[in-house]
Amino acid sequence: MSTIDSSNNPVLSAAEAGRPLRQIPENRSGSALKKAENRAAYLFLLPWLCGIVLITTLPMLASLYLSFTNYAVIGLPSWVGFDNYVRLFTGDRRFVASIWVTLKFVGFSVPLILIFSLCVAVALNRGLRGLAIYRSLFYVPSLIGASVGIGLLWKEVFGERGVVNYLLSLVGIAGRGWINNPTFALPSVITLNVWTFGASMVIFLAALRQIPDSYYEAASIDGANALQRFRRITLPLITPVIFFNTVLLLIGSFQSFTQAFVVSNGRGGPIDSTLLYSLYLYQQAFQQLQMGYASAMAWILLIAIGLATAVLFWSSRYWVFYGDR
Amino acid sequence: MATAKTYDPELLKAERQRRANMRRLKGLGLHAILISLLFVMLYPVIWMVFSALRPEAEIFGGMGFIPTNWTLENFVRGWNLYGDLTFTRFYINSFIICAFAIVGNLLACSMAAYAFARLEFRGKWVLFAIMLGTMMLPIHVQLIPQYIFFLNIGWVNTILPLVVPKFLAHDAFFIFLMVQFMRSLPAELEQAAVVDGASYWQRYWRIILPLSMPALATTAVFTFINTYNDFFSQLIYLTDTNRMTVPVALRLFLDPTSGSSSFGGLFAMVLVSIGPVLGFFLASQRLLTKGIATQGFK
Repeated sequence: MSTIDSSNNPVLSAAEAGRPLRQIPENRSGSALKKAENRAAYLFLLPWLCGIVLITTLPMLASLYLSFTNYAVIGLPSWVGFDNYVRLFTGDRRFVASIWVTLKFVGFSVPLILIFSLCVAVALNRGLRGLAIYRSLFYVPSLIGASVGIGLLWKEVFGERGVVNYLLSLVGIAGRGWINNPTFALPSVITLNVWTFGASMVIFLAALRQIPDSYYEAASIDGANALQRFRRITLPLITPVIFFNTVLLLIGSFQSFTQAFVVSNGRGGPIDSTLLYSLYLYQQAFQQLQMGYASAMAWILLIAIGLATAVLFWSSRYWVFYGDR
Repeated sequence: MATAKTYDPELLKAERQRRANMRRLKGLGLHAILISLLFVMLYPVIWMVFSALRPEAEIFGGMGFIPTNWTLENFVRGWNLYGDLTFTRFYINSFIICAFAIVGNLLACSMAAYAFARLEFRGKWVLFAIMLGTMMLPIHVQLIPQYIFFLNIGWVNTILPLVVPKFLAHDAFFIFLMVQFMRSLPAELEQAAVVDGASYWQRYWRIILPLSMPALATTAVFTFINTYNDFFSQLIYLTDTNRMTVPVALRLFLDPTSGSSSFGGLFAMVLVSIGPVLGFFLASQRLLTKGIATQGFK
């Protein structure tokens, strides 16, 4: 039957129609095999399943419970209902400040990283020599940017006697201590975050290299210039990757912690200008030992990230272009 | 000239030459832009390298870019900053945690990935969706109860809270990475082994795992970098000075009461602290850049 095309042969196709499609007998050994595979799979998944129950689900439920209590590690949690949530939004100025700081941080970091990484990726994708070297060098900040060491370095670079002011003094501008200034402290931290655009760039570059050259050749013959080729070919074809990078960056920046912690010495200062959400949560949980209060903050963060991601997914219907689907 | 459509070979050659020159010029311009951008980006790091290698008094003195008096004294001072407690201890602590984290992630994540990629079982897609979902969870919603739990069973100030989750495949990202890779391996490989009577464990351990080396190596390198750089959990769980890791120890440079205003020592230790990350990266960069490029889509 394999060599004869049955659809062209009325006799054969009629005979076929009466038979069940699959000829594999559902006997005992077949289902036993299935059972064995089922059991084996769950054994392989055992460590992960334990993890899902013990270090993901149970702590999440516990944290939801704690968010409705007053709990200071010593003693027992005492139920306070929605008190923590009400207090956060009505009686806590620092909490509201930390939301604004985080929104500014995310709102500037994510678009800037997207723009930088896409521009550099497009530049690198023009058949330059030494592509691998460039790619690695641009990627290096992503490796070290989130470390304490680079945070310390940034503090000095933007400090009063740092290299930024040294360079400004060469052109006759008297700089100031950027990190100690409430207006410029957050932009300094954002700069550090944008500095790590290399990871997104590598992903963009991989996507750009999959666009066939023939698309560009065809457009060139039709008289499209470089800008038109970018807008009409490159951009639509990489929207899925822009989307993917945006989701990653959004989730990551909402949780950013180390850079602001190091630059402000754990305080989020000056005058709360670098008090990122995670940093304030850390202070409430591990310095004030307000575990219930901090748990409420954690759940608000989860909901915020969930909402932001949901909006992004919803909006993707209007701007993400999935080739043939 | 334009109207006479005679293809003068001389003119054609000149035109071709002109275009080639244009392209080369554009290429050079692009190189110049990229190199200047890189220079600006990496300038702080270069500044740190030179600062670490010059005497303390000259760091902020505006003594020119390249040091005139080279010295290693900053490294010695930084390394021994906390008296008896040197960075040797902190590095040992960091590397022990990294080693366990790598073993844990490789083992637990590859086992889960094998099940998801190569086996059929009930509830597979529900569990797979849960696995993907956990990648998006902020750690904060688990952190506080975890901390309280680990505190109550006496695990604070041990490495256990930092490494045990790895043996339970807590980093779903690596499961996903390995699933993507293992799915691409041909089914015939395992069928031959089934005919020979191999068990599931043998198929996983003898066939799939050795063939998944690229994914495993990527996981190992990323686990090292993430664990070594991880500050938040080490800050919370390791408060005893003897248990401190490199990032937690570096943080003490911020503390004005620790009596260290040694910028030279600071720069030297920051430089040493990013060394292992850069080393791992350089040793495996081709693999790594490929790994992150394929993490999300195939």
